[in-house]
Amino acid sequence: MLRTIRAFEERVHVEYAEGNIPGATHLYAGQEAIAAGCCAELRPDDYISSTHRGHGHAIAKGADLTRMMMELFGREGGVCRGKGGSMHIADFSVGMLGANGIAGGGVPIGCGVGLSAKVRGTDQVGVAFVGDGGANQGAFLESLSLASVWQLPVVFVVEDNGYAQATASKYHLRGLDVARRGEAFGIPGAVVDGCDFFAVRDAAVEAVRRARSGGGPSIIDCKTARFFGHMEGFDQQAYRGSGEAEKLRAERDCIQRFTASVTGAGLVSPEEFDAIDREVADEIARAAEAAKAAADPDPAELLTDVYVSY
Amino acid sequence: MERMLTYVQAIGEAMSQEMSRDPSVVSFGEDNIGGMGCDGKLGNAWGPTQGLHEKFPDRIFDTPITEAAFVGAAVGAAASGLRPVVDLLFADFMGVAFDQLINQAAKLRYMFGGQGTAPLVVRTFYGAGMRGGAQHSQSLYSLVTHVPGLKVVVPSNPYDAKGLMTQAIRDEDPVIYFEHKMLYWTPGEVPEEPYTVPFGQSRLVRSGTDCTVVALGRMVGFAETAAEELAAGGVSIEIIDPRTISPLDEDSIYRSVEKTGRLVVVDESPPRCSVARDIVALVAENRFEALRGPARTVNTPHTPVPYSPALEDRYIPGPDSIVRAVLEAVEAGGWNGRRQDRLAGTQSPVA
Ligand SMILES: Cc1ncc(C[n+]2csc(CCOP(=O)(O)OP(=O)(O)O)c2C)c(N)n1
Repeated sequence: MLRTIRAFEERVHVEYAEGNIPGATHLYAGQEAIAAGCCAELRPDDYISSTHRGHGHAIAKGADLTRMMMELFGREGGVCRGKGGSMHIADFSVGMLGANGIAGGGVPIGCGVGLSAKVRGTDQVGVAFVGDGGANQGAFLESLSLASVWQLPVVFVVEDNGYAQATASKYHLRGLDVARRGEAFGIPGAVVDGCDFFAVRDAAVEAVRRARSGGGPSIIDCKTARFFGHMEGFDQQAYRGSGEAEKLRAERDCIQRFTASVTGAGLVSPEEFDAIDREVADEIARAAEAAKAAADPDPAELLTDVYVSY
Repeated sequence: MERMLTYVQAIGEAMSQEMSRDPSVVSFGEDNIGGMGCDGKLGNAWGPTQGLHEKFPDRIFDTPITEAAFVGAAVGAAASGLRPVVDLLFADFMGVAFDQLINQAAKLRYMFGGQGTAPLVVRTFYGAGMRGGAQHSQSLYSLVTHVPGLKVVVPSNPYDAKGLMTQAIRDEDPVIYFEHKMLYWTPGEVPEEPYTVPFGQSRLVRSGTDCTVVALGRMVGFAETAAEELAAGGVSIEIIDPRTISPLDEDSIYRSVEKTGRLVVVDESPPRCSVARDIVALVAENRFEALRGPARTVNTPHTPVPYSPALEDRYIPGPDSIVRAVLEAVEAGGWNGRRQDRLAGTQSPVA
C-alpha cells in the first residue's frame, strides 16, 4: 500500500510535468504511512473524508487506480467522470467521500458519518483527515465540539507536514499540539510520528476501537513530511531551507523505515519487496496508459448531475 | 507610449502606493507574503503582494487558515482606525467567511445608525479557465451584489485594476474586489502616479449603433473580439463595462439602450439571479419602450464548474456566444430591410 501510493504519486508528478494532467494537483508522497496506517484499521463499510491532498487516502481505502488516473487526466472513465479532478478525487463505492478544495471543509462531513452510523445503529466509523493548516479552521474546532457533545464514532486525523502552502506550522500553530486541543472538549488525543507506519497503526487501532465500541471521538496528530511542493506546477518551494527536501527524503521516508524494520525482523525478504515493487510499477504503468487512451467526457456531461431528475 | 503593467502588477502598485501614503493601510491573508515561520526566503508566487513585505514589514503579514476570523478581524480593525486589505485567495473560500461579510461588514454602518464605517477591502480571485474544478473556479460576484452594504468591483483591465484598487482602499465602505485569475498576466497601459477610478461609473469600451453589450470582467475582452466579428458582418455594437456592479452605473446603460434599442448582457456566473439578469430587469422596468425586441443574456450553464478541459471550455461563455446573442437580439429587434447585407459574412445560427 505504501509503495502503491508512492508510485502513483511519482507517476502523477511526471505526467503533470508532461502536461497530461490539466488541473491543480497536490501530491501526498511522504505522508503514505498515515493513510495506510489509518485505513488498514477500517472496514470497507467505514467512511473517510479527505483533504485537497486526497490520492493517498483514496488508494488506501481501496479506490481503483486506473479510474483515479483517468480522473486526474479529466477523462470519461474517471471516478468522478472527469468532473472532479485531483482535488475532488472520490470513490463512494469504497467509502471515500471525497477530497476537498476547501481546507477544513471535509471535517464536519466526518462528523456526519458518525451521526449516520449512530442513528442507523451500525458500528461504522468515520475518519476525517485534515492538514495542520485546515485544523485552524473554525469548522475543525466546531466539529470537535459537536463530535464530543454527540459522542460520535469519529476519528480526526491531523497530518502536520510542517506547512500550510508556504506558511510554516511553527508560525500558524501556536500553543498546544492539535491533539491536545481535544482535551478542552474531552476528546482523547495522541501525537505520533507520522513517518512511522507502526506508530500510526497503533494509534489508529485504539481510536477506531474506541469509536466502534461507543467510546466517542479521538484525535490522532501525525507529524509528517511532504516530499514535493504544495502543489504541482506553481510551487518552487523557495520557503524551504536549502537541502531541506533532500534531507526529509533521506531521513524521514516512511517507506524506507517500514522496509528496514520489516526486513530487519525477518518478516519479508528484500527479494519479496523487489517483487512487490515490480508488480506495483506494472499496475501504475497500466493505469497511466489507460488514462492516456481514454476518451474525453461527452459534452452533454456538462449538464448532468446538477440535480437528481424526477 | 505609456508604461505597461500586468493586471496583477497594477493591483500591487496601487496597494504599495496607498500603503506609502496612508500608514493605516494594512494587508493580511493566507500566504499573503508567503513564508511566515519558514527557514527559506518568502515564497508568495503569484499575488500582487509580492515584494511588499520588504517595504512594509510591520503592516503586511500571513494568517493561519482562519477566513471567518481574519475577515471578521478586518471588520473590527476597520471600525477602529485601520484600512485592511484582506486576501481571500479564491472567491470560493468566501463561503467560510460569509457571516463576517454579509452579517457583519455589510451591516455595520446601517444597523448602528451610521455611527461607524468598515473601510476594508476583500481581494479575491475568481473565474473559470484554470482547471480548478468546482470549488476553485466560481464567479461569485452576483451572490454578494445581492447584499446591500457591500461594494462590488470587477476590473477588466490593468488601468481600471489600479484605479479601482486605489479607490477601494480610500473608500469608506467594505469593498469586495474580484480579480479574474485569467487576466492576471494581461498587460496594459498604467500611469505611474496614483489615481482613482470612481465607483458607479462605467467605461464606454466601444461605441456602436445596433446593440448595447454590457460585459463584466474577463467577458469585456470577449465582447471586444465579438465586436470585430460582428463589425465584419455589418453589425455595430456598443460595449459598456460597468466596472463596479454595486453601485451600478444604470444611467449609462439606459442611455446606450435608448440609442441602440437592443441589449445583451454578458456575465460569467450561472444565470439564475445573476448580474446579467438583474441588468435586463432594470432595463425592462425603466426603459422598456426603448427596447425594439427582447434582451438577451449570456451566462454560464446553470451547473457547477467542471474539471475536464473538454467540459470546462464549453462552460465558459466566449466570443461566439456573444456574437450569437447579439444576432438574436438584433434579429428580434427588426432590421428595417437592411438585414441581408448586415448579416453577410457572420456565422449566425439564426441568420
Ligand atoms: C478555506 C480555504 N482556505 C484556503 C485554501 C487554500 N489552500 C489550499 S491548501 C492550503 C494549505 C493547507 O495546509 P494544510 O491543511 O496544512 O494541508 P497541506 O497542504 O499541508 O497538506 C491552503 C491555504 C483552501 N483551499 N481553502
